[in-house]
Amino acid sequence: MNSSSHVPTAAERRSLEDDTLLHQQPGMAVHLTGRRRAATLPDKPDETILSVKDVDVYYGKFRAVTGVNLDFGLNEITALIGPSGCGKSTLLRTLNRMNDLVEGARVDGSITFRGTDMYAPEVDAIEVRRRIGMVFQKPNPFPKSIYDNIAYGPRVTGMKVENMDDLVEEALTKSALWGEVKDKLKQSAFGLSGGQQQRLCIARTIAVKPDVILMDEPASALDPISTMRIEDLMHELRREYTIVIVTHNMQQAARVADRTAFFTALADEGTGDRTGVLVEYGKTSQIFEDPKDQRTEDYISGRFG
Amino acid sequence: MRSIVDTVQPLGHRRSKYSGEKSPTSLIFLLLIWACLAFSFLFLVVLIVTTIIDGSNKFTSTLFTEYPASSPERAGARPAILGSVWVIATTAVLTIPLGVAAAVHLEEFADKKLWINRVIELNVQNLAAVPAIVYGLLALAFLTLLGVQNKNIVIGGALALSLLILPVIIISTREAIRSVPLEIRQGSMALGASKWQTVWRQVLPASVPGIATGSILALSRALGEAAPLLVLGALVFVSFDPNGILSGFTTMPIQIFNWTGRPQAGFQELAAAASILLLGLLVLMNGLAIYIRNRFQTRW
Repeated sequence: MNSSSHVPTAAERRSLEDDTLLHQQPGMAVHLTGRRRAATLPDKPDETILSVKDVDVYYGKFRAVTGVNLDFGLNEITALIGPSGCGKSTLLRTLNRMNDLVEGARVDGSITFRGTDMYAPEVDAIEVRRRIGMVFQKPNPFPKSIYDNIAYGPRVTGMKVENMDDLVEEALTKSALWGEVKDKLKQSAFGLSGGQQQRLCIARTIAVKPDVILMDEPASALDPISTMRIEDLMHELRREYTIVIVTHNMQQAARVADRTAFFTALADEGTGDRTGVLVEYGKTSQIFEDPKDQRTEDYISGRFG
Repeated sequence: MRSIVDTVQPLGHRRSKYSGEKSPTSLIFLLLIWACLAFSFLFLVVLIVTTIIDGSNKFTSTLFTEYPASSPERAGARPAILGSVWVIATTAVLTIPLGVAAAVHLEEFADKKLWINRVIELNVQNLAAVPAIVYGLLALAFLTLLGVQNKNIVIGGALALSLLILPVIIISTREAIRSVPLEIRQGSMALGASKWQTVWRQVLPASVPGIATGSILALSRALGEAAPLLVLGALVFVSFDPNGILSGFTTMPIQIFNWTGRPQAGFQELAAAASILLLGLLVLMNGLAIYIRNRFQTRW
C-alpha cells in the first residue's frame, strides 16, 4: 500500500520488464484492468463494507486461519489468492456465516458488516446470508425451472415483490443471461450449459438484492469463454455490488480485482498443522507489480503454489 | 531407452499361467454360482407355473365379485380383495407421513453426536429385521391395552403392518434424503433460506422419487404379509364388504391361507387363482416403483 517511493525497486523494474514481455504475447495482457483501475483507486478503500479484525477460524481443534485483518471496500472487487490450503475459501465462508453449517467450525475475532458484528448472538445468520450472497465453485442450480431458480430466493426470504416476472427478468438481464433463456424460462435449469448455469446462480443470488456477493472460484469448473463472460459480468456487477472472489488463477485476479489479498499456509513447528495467514493486501497493481513480501513475489512469479 | 512395449510386456509375463478368470478354481466357483442361480430360479418358475396352471380355471369374474362360500363353485375373494385395499391404504396413510417425518428428523435435524440419536438410529436398522409376527403381537397387546374387544378391525391390521414397514420407509427415505447433494442445500442456505425452508422446498421435493419407490416396495411387502394379521384374528369368515377403518376384514394372503387348508380340490384352485392375483399385484407395484425410480430420479 505504500507506493510513495520514487526510486523503482528491483521488483518494480522486473515487473516492467515482464510487462513488455507480456504484451508481446497475444491474450496475455492481463494486468490491464488492474492498472486502469489503479489510477483512480484510492490506496485504502473509501468506504468499508466488510471488516475482518484479528480473525482466527477453527475446525474443532484445528486452526485453519489465524490473525487475519482485512477491510473490503464498498463496490470494489477483492480477490483472495494463495496456494491450496491457505484458508482463503475458509475465510470467504466466514464472511456470510456459511461456515456455521460446518460441524465444529468456530470464528474468533470480529467480522463486521456495515459496522455490525455479524457473529453477535442477536444477529440472525439467515439475515446475514440474505445480505451477503454466495456463488459456489461448481454451478449448483436447483432441480427446478430457470424461472423458479430465480424466484426461489425472493420467495423464501419473504421479499415484497410487486411483479415476480419483472424481478426474474431484471436478475437474468443483470447476469447477462436473459437473451439466452428468455424463451425457455419454464424449462429445467439442468438443460443449460455449465457457464450458463453459473450465470444463473449469479442471477439467483442478485435476485435477493444482496449488498455483497462472495464467489468461491466461480470459474474454475468452466471453459475459457464462459470464464471470460463471468469476468465481464463481475465488472458489470461492481457498479451495484461489492464482490469478494477466491481464485486459484492469478491471471483472473489480475484481470478482475481492484484489490488482492495474498494468503499462504504456515506449518506449525510442533504439530505440522498448516495454518493460513494473510501475507499481503493491497491494490491489485501493487501486489502484482510491486509485492512487498518475498513470499508474494515468489508466488505470483510462479516459484511455488 | 526402453520402448513402451518393453515396459508393459514384463507385467504381462509376471502373471501366472492360471491367474484371473481362467484358473480352474475360478471356473469351478463360477459354475457353482451359476448352479445356485439356476436351482433357485427353477424353483421359482415351477412354483409360478404350477400356480398359474392350477388357478387359471378359477381366475374368473366370480373371484372378484363373490363372497366366500361353503362350495368352491360359488366362492370368491371379493371381501379379501377389498379388505387388502382398505388395510394397505390405511397403512400407507399411517406410515408414510410418520416415516418420512422420522427420517427427516434423523437425517437433517437430530444431533448425530448425541448418544440417544445413535441408539435410535441403530434400533431403526434392527427393527427392519424383526419377524413380522412380533409386530402382530405388539399390535394385539396395544389394542388390548386400549380395551378394544374385537381386534380384527382394519385399523388394527393397519397398525400391525405400519409397525412392520415403518423402519423400511424410514431407511429408504433417509437414503433418498442423503442422496440430495450438499451443493443444493448450500445454494439454498446461501440465498437466506432457513434450514426448514431448505428441507421443505429443496431436499424433500428432490427426494420424492426415492421416497415413493421405498414406500411402494414397503407397502408391497405389507400386502403379502399374513402372519401379523392372523394374530389379530383375521382368519374369519367375512361375507360383507369392509366399509371403514373400524370394519372387520380379511385380506388376500389370509384368504389364500384359508382356502389352502380346505380339503376340496376346488378350494385349492381358488387359492391358486387368488395367488395369481396377489402375484400380479406385487409385480405391478414393484414395476411401478422401478418406473418411478428410473423416470423421476434426478441425475445430479
